Amino acid sequence: MGNRETILQAVASNKPDLLALPDMDFSLTIQYPDLLDQFIKMVHAAGGQAFYKNGNQELQNDLASVKAEGKFIINLLEENPAQDWAALNALELETLDTCYLRADLAVAENGAMWISETRMANRLIPFICQHLVIVLNPAVIVNNMHEAYQQLNVSAEGFGVFIAGPSKTADIEQNLVIGAHGARSLRVYLI
Amino acid sequence: MIVKQHADAAQEFIKDEARTDWHDETLWFVRNKRDKAVNTLPEWEILREWASHIKDHTLSNLDHYLKSFEEKAVENGIHVHWAATAEDHNRIIHKIIADNKIDKIVKSKSMLTEECHLNDYLQNKGIQILDSDLGEYIVQLRKETPSHIVLPAIHLKRQDVSETFHEHLNTEKGNYDPQYLAGTARHYLRDRFIEAELAITGVNFAIAESGGFVVCTNEGNADMGVHSANIHIACMGIEKIIPKAEHLGVFLRLLTRSATGQPITTFSSHFNKPRSGQQMHLVIVDNGRSRQLGRPDFRNSLKCIRCAACFNTCPVYRRSGGHSYHSTVAGPIGSILNPNLDMKANSDLPFASTLCGSCSNVCPVKIDIHDQLWKWRQEIVANGYVGNGKKVGMHGMAWVLTNPKIYRTVGRIGRWVMRTFPFILNNKLNPWYKQREMPQAPQKSFRDWYKENQ
Repeated sequence: MGNRETILQAVASNKPDLLALPDMDFSLTIQYPDLLDQFIKMVHAAGGQAFYKNGNQELQNDLASVKAEGKFIINLLEENPAQDWAALNALELETLDTCYLRADLAVAENGAMWISETRMANRLIPFICQHLVIVLNPAVIVNNMHEAYQQLNVSAEGFGVFIAGPSKTADIEQNLVIGAHGARSLRVYLI
Repeated sequence: MIVKQHADAAQEFIKDEARTDWHDETLWFVRNKRDKAVNTLPEWEILREWASHIKDHTLSNLDHYLKSFEEKAVENGIHVHWAATAEDHNRIIHKIIADNKIDKIVKSKSMLTEECHLNDYLQNKGIQILDSDLGEYIVQLRKETPSHIVLPAIHLKRQDVSETFHEHLNTEKGNYDPQYLAGTARHYLRDRFIEAELAITGVNFAIAESGGFVVCTNEGNADMGVHSANIHIACMGIEKIIPKAEHLGVFLRLLTRSATGQPITTFSSHFNKPRSGQQMHLVIVDNGRSRQLGRPDFRNSLKCIRCAACFNTCPVYRRSGGHSYHSTVAGPIGSILNPNLDMKANSDLPFASTLCGSCSNVCPVKIDIHDQLWKWRQEIVANGYVGNGKKVGMHGMAWVLTNPKIYRTVGRIGRWVMRTFPFILNNKLNPWYKQREMPQAPQKSFRDWYKENQ
């Protein structure tokens, strides 16, 4: 008998009698009077920056100033991508400075934003970039994770990720250091 | 190698009083962060209840969910492997490495691979794995093991990290700035990610209905490795299954609030299919879990989501350090999981507790940890794994406490001895005197006082 059968048989004979799944009433979960305000607070709490007033103008300024520095940027907000980003490997993306992309859903309770594989073009991009810029329509902010999973089909694509803030670590004596292995900063433009 | 029992190892640990206090306070700080986060959600107790029931249900139907999960994962192009033991797990991973002639491997935090001693296994075959979680990287450089499942280097001070990095990464001697130290590790590890050929990760949740799985990190190290390398191996215990994606809402809300007081990890990555040209493997591991499922008193422990809230709140863990538990999973949850793996070797662990119950109160999936600690003690005694001293003492105690006349006589003698010859008890031979003052003995017992005053 192979491992698979051994394990499944042991589980089948050792499991208890069937117990029911709970009836979850999500109306009992937290709702915020002002979703946008709560979301922005949580982005800041997670170490990111959020721009709401003149979001579009601020974004254009952001793009212009990073471009002026002559660094490697990937702008996934453009309709026609400058090149096939999906084909790039880690070595080719190593010097990526700033990436701009769109999130399709955001969560007020924790500041997390859902980035689908389509939106990121290449799975490595949102992680290997030094700075991450996410553009978001304030209308897609939901209260909490239950609402998020009700709206999303997380298995629609091969990969997807909730991102809340820049990468961080507190592994040295519980001191918060922003910029562990992923992006060192996160800017969110609400447009 | 002789493994020190918890009490002996703890005795070593607390010799440095200042450091013990610091360890205690650091973990209590994390526990406080958890409380603050929990108090922002009026539905917290409802969430715990849902989580507990979802896990109970899943365990009661686990074989079906495992089959469903496997079927969907295979449809999605993932290679699924089954490991009955730690040895099987290691052999499967070694075979993938050998078949693909890999030598550059990064691994993100996975307590299962620690439980299976994967690093040592591969090292014996001449294969090096780089642990990429900063805390794990630090302990790996120091040739230590994680002392905490969420905060692997919590036993170390910045000065220790600085010395380790000075030795291995040539950082400035005496520079203790966490920003500088973490920045240097980032720089070094970035190159390792980019050249990685194979990445190993753990699994936080595996979704039966879709065959997908979720990996949570704050550092982004799991994703940096996985999306750079051409091969991804994810390792999971059979208890990581949840039925549906909607259940992730419950667990992701509980996990980090319980662990570190964050509302969610920075990255919650949902893997469904390999990317084009990538190989994705899942190793599903039993290693004693199905046996634990068959123990009605202890199966509940399989609901654990590895948040470590029970570590941070435990007065014994905080003052004895993770290494005293001589196991991958320390703390209260480790003390009820490890006796299942090896009852004799871990017979000391259920006694490393005051049974105060704080662990059960903070557990996000409502495991009755302190009850199980107490039940394991009985199991261990029944199997003959306690020392004679404890056994004789307990029998003597039981005899005295079940004979009221003897109890009263012994009490009278005891009080008289303590009053008249305090040195008989206040000396090194009495284990109760260690680090304690003996109490003042009263003139009479409560019973006598009550009879006079009722």
